[in-house]
Amino acid sequence: MSLHDQDDPALRHAQEERLRAAWKRPEGWRRWKDTNNNQVGVWYTLTAFAFMLFAGVLALIMRTQLAVPDNDLIGASTYNQLFTLHGTAMMFLFAVPMFEAVSIILLPQLLGARDLPFPRLSAFGYWSFLIGGVFVLGSIFFDAAPDGGWFMYPPLTTRTDLSGLGADIWMLGLSFIEVSSVAAAVELIVGVLMCRPPGMRLNLMPLYAWYILVVAVMILFAFPPLIAGDVLFEMERLLGWPFFDASRGGDPLLWQHLFWIFGHPEVYVIFLPSIALFAMLIPTFARRHLLGYPYIVLAAVGTAFLSFGLWVHHMFATGLPKISLAFFSAASQAVVIPTGVQIFAFIATLAAGRVVFSTPLLYATGSLAIFVIGGLTGVMVAVVPFDWQAHDTYFVVAHLHYVLLGGTLMPLFAGLYYYWPLVTGKTLSDRLGRTAFWMLFAGANLTFFPMHLSGLMGMPRRVFTYPVELGLAGLNMASTIGAFLFGLGVLVIVIDLALSPTRPKQRRNPWDAGTLEWLALPEDEDWGIRSVPLIETRYPIWDQPNFVKKVDEGRFFLPDAEEGRRETISTSVLDARPVSVLRLPGPSWIPMLTAIAVGGVFILTTYHLYWAALASGVVALGLVLHWLWSTAEIPEKPCKPIGHGLELPLYVRGPQAPGWWAMFITMLADATAFAGLVFGYYFFWTVHSDFPPAGAGPDATWPMVALALAGLSWTATVAAREFNRRASVAIARMLLWLGAAMSLAAMGAGLAGPYLSQLDPVANSYGAMVWTLTIWTVVHGGIGVIGQLYALARSIAGRATPTHDADIRNVTLYQHFLLFTAVVTWSTLGLFPGLT
Amino acid sequence: MREGAGLTRVSAITLLAFLASACNRHQSALSPFGEEAAQIRTTTIVMVIGAIVVAAAVAGLMIWAMRAREGRIGLVGGERLILLAGGAVPAIVLIALLAYSLPTMRARPVAAGDLKVMVTGEQFWWRVRYEPNGAPPLTSANEIRVPVGRNVLFRLQGGDVIHSFWIPGLAGKTDMIPGRETLLAVRATRPGIFRGQCTEFCGLSHALMAFDVVAMPPAAFDAWLIRQRQAATPGTMPGRALFARYGCGGCHAVAGTDQNGSIGPDLSHMGSRRTIAAGVLAPDAANIRQFIRHPERTKPGVRMPAFAHMPDADARAIAQYLQALR
Repeated sequence: MSLHDQDDPALRHAQEERLRAAWKRPEGWRRWKDTNNNQVGVWYTLTAFAFMLFAGVLALIMRTQLAVPDNDLIGASTYNQLFTLHGTAMMFLFAVPMFEAVSIILLPQLLGARDLPFPRLSAFGYWSFLIGGVFVLGSIFFDAAPDGGWFMYPPLTTRTDLSGLGADIWMLGLSFIEVSSVAAAVELIVGVLMCRPPGMRLNLMPLYAWYILVVAVMILFAFPPLIAGDVLFEMERLLGWPFFDASRGGDPLLWQHLFWIFGHPEVYVIFLPSIALFAMLIPTFARRHLLGYPYIVLAAVGTAFLSFGLWVHHMFATGLPKISLAFFSAASQAVVIPTGVQIFAFIATLAAGRVVFSTPLLYATGSLAIFVIGGLTGVMVAVVPFDWQAHDTYFVVAHLHYVLLGGTLMPLFAGLYYYWPLVTGKTLSDRLGRTAFWMLFAGANLTFFPMHLSGLMGMPRRVFTYPVELGLAGLNMASTIGAFLFGLGVLVIVIDLALSPTRPKQRRNPWDAGTLEWLALPEDEDWGIRSVPLIETRYPIWDQPNFVKKVDEGRFFLPDAEEGRRETISTSVLDARPVSVLRLPGPSWIPMLTAIAVGGVFILTTYHLYWAALASGVVALGLVLHWLWSTAEIPEKPCKPIGHGLELPLYVRGPQAPGWWAMFITMLADATAFAGLVFGYYFFWTVHSDFPPAGAGPDATWPMVALALAGLSWTATVAAREFNRRASVAIARMLLWLGAAMSLAAMGAGLAGPYLSQLDPVANSYGAMVWTLTIWTVVHGGIGVIGQLYALARSIAGRATPTHDADIRNVTLYQHFLLFTAVVTWSTLGLFPGLT
Repeated sequence: MREGAGLTRVSAITLLAFLASACNRHQSALSPFGEEAAQIRTTTIVMVIGAIVVAAAVAGLMIWAMRAREGRIGLVGGERLILLAGGAVPAIVLIALLAYSLPTMRARPVAAGDLKVMVTGEQFWWRVRYEPNGAPPLTSANEIRVPVGRNVLFRLQGGDVIHSFWIPGLAGKTDMIPGRETLLAVRATRPGIFRGQCTEFCGLSHALMAFDVVAMPPAAFDAWLIRQRQAATPGTMPGRALFARYGCGGCHAVAGTDQNGSIGPDLSHMGSRRTIAAGVLAPDAANIRQFIRHPERTKPGVRMPAFAHMPDADARAIAQYLQALR
């Protein structure tokens, strides 16, 4: 490499000044408009940590209530709110967001990128999370918290005479957070696939990035069924449409299926990132490459696949056919194999390397020990007859806490001690860390081991008290003492963190790790990385000669910010060849405002303020359009040099553009939610012989008209893209007008079917289901119209041209999914009743 | 790790002490009185032993790995360890476990002549209906009696919300779901008094929804069933008229009178039940009085309205009457 330019210190200094200026963080009260990943990620992490502490305190109150039998410290009502909120918060407000938060901090550094491709989306996700989390948790102070359990089984939770506002707070508050989780997943997937440094082929990717990819894809397919369930749930609560009410043709089990199709992958969504942390820190402390890299990747992917086939093991006691129980029992046990492969890869690596014992490694090995116990009891509850006894008893409480402490919380503490220097430039105290570890380890075992016994000896879950005759006083007292010991351990960690500002900065890369993220400097630099390196190995700091020096002297790619813009390199998905320079947006209030407006829709709906919610929705739509308007900007020059004689385009479209992928991935999630609703339709068909009822609802006519019009709208949009590409801009614009008109007509025809046949959505589950699918498809048609008009406006405003046509390509992509939705909905509603 | 092992040992010993001192024999999967529960306990013991062996092996390997000198295993050896210990061994163990456990899932075959008992979960009590072969059904509540050595088929239903029917000493649990009927076939092996409890969260007083289970020798059971068919004859008591006057019959039924409500538990033989309020209180007069006047103090969220202003004398009389319904 001959990079004589970079030999000049004055030039390097000037580059650094320009980078610093481009990435300067806003200060004072404007700091909250920041979108840079290292700021947003830290806020996100701290907020999730705070929610975890809150949920932990709830658990301590519960353990105090259960310390002695027949206790009346807190009543049933408070207790039920506490356990509901504890589980809900730990799952939705801690474990999943924490993974996303940590990933937002780490991912750009792991990938040698300056930021993630959609910084404002990360910020939007954070603000949504904060608003939703405060809304849901705050309800406990008004005695209005959800009290139906984190699984919210109807009909207890859908009957408005048996449950109050808490159920709506749960459903709507968490739907909001689920949406933001999906947004973060989109961000992370595109980040991993398109923002790797040149040369980092998929098989050189740090394992953490692999896990992020796997987990984000799981979120993408796991959360939407729950969102579909939430939709049905709120339709039943707010409008009385019977999906779960057995007296009107609903079925409570539909919710259980939708919930656990989400709920079981969720367990692996929060477990795999912890394994990912191990995969980063164990090689560091074994002083060698991780053994079995390909097996670990395969195991992670395999776990993800299997996790979608296990949900029925939460329903072993619901009286489903034995043959399906046997299948799900076998599948549940099979997940041990990929998990075993991952654990033994760490053990083999430790055996092969020279182990340097450290606090993070202590946490890692300790949590593996706890996790193994949880895994073994997991095999036990996968055995159906045993589960009939253990299900919904303290045995399962013990099992799941062993898994989650060993597989999520303690590994996160390992990651905390490992990565704290990366974020703050300071190490945490080994003494406090190890003291805390032993308190946590002893506390966890003392709390949860006795629960195996109390469960088998007759203690059900979710009871606010138990009679003295059960003879469980001793076991429960042990659990309570253990819980407080564990709480003290967490307190020691909090003290350790609180002391951090008083400590001096450490040297860079204090653990002598080999992976890219440790290029981070102890001093705050917001540019992410001085120059984007060429990657040739999995442990570049260890294995590539003079690597750190070359990065620091800007001898790799994109060492400058000539135009004063925030930029990073985008590369090809498989082999990481440089594709383009991405221009990233700077600080902006838009993400926060959009989060407030979207949050308004959910929160106002909770209080039945429908007009205000609608107004909030209109504001949110306006903000989103304003946000989009600044994307896909036409650059002042087509290409720019990034060093080493490489020149990359500044504008990309279609599958080369992150925006296209974001649309594609979002629509995959959307299609999954839609599949959840369609599942509901066919689920009713399998359980009720009179579904669809003869003669009810629309016949084939209107649905087929709607389908034909949707097809025309799709054709017009595709044709508009092609004409635009061939520079027939006027025809393209006309076709977009036509497409929008056809789409509107399709929406009208779709609504005409159930409306003209006077189908009542309240009378029975068929009417409710038909109206739901219709509304879903019509609303998507409406969004399609907005998209078509948006592409038209961009063209008229000169922000889209025949050569810069990212917008219309994204709109066309949306139309593909819309056509799919229309085909499924209209043929199901129009043709299926005739077939049965 | 040594310190940790010490702590684990201390907690293990503490636990054993607890286990030894625990006196619960009537609501425990570990002291079965039915064939189903006994079989599951055997499975449990087998799996616990297996789990201890596996946990010890993994812990041993981990300690060995931490202490092994550098390069103790190489690339090939390492990958072999991963595939063998992580893949092959678990696969073999799990296939064996499946082969052992799947056959135990099979439901007990019942004949048309076997006793059926329909149990419906209500917030927060149990509606019970005995359906003996060739005899009219018999309604009861909050207590279940089963004959030892005979098959019993429970037909389980969710009345208002989902509940779960769990008698740990007899068999595993089965959910009670509105709109569906689930089945559970069992056979008790020894007589005694046991306890069951709701295990699906069903609302405010989920923790207070239990019932006693009395396993009786078959002859005694048959005799009991015949006695239950006859209305209790407490003679003329003031409580009887008060029961009617306060409108108790709007919800509760007492056989042999015109009180025939079906919203709440059937009280025809309440005096012979071992508990009141679904396994929560002893059936003494003070408890009955207290429950009539302030049911929500015992059971938050209960459907029964409070009779807070009922004079103490009336409550006392009704309690006496109910106790006499034997």
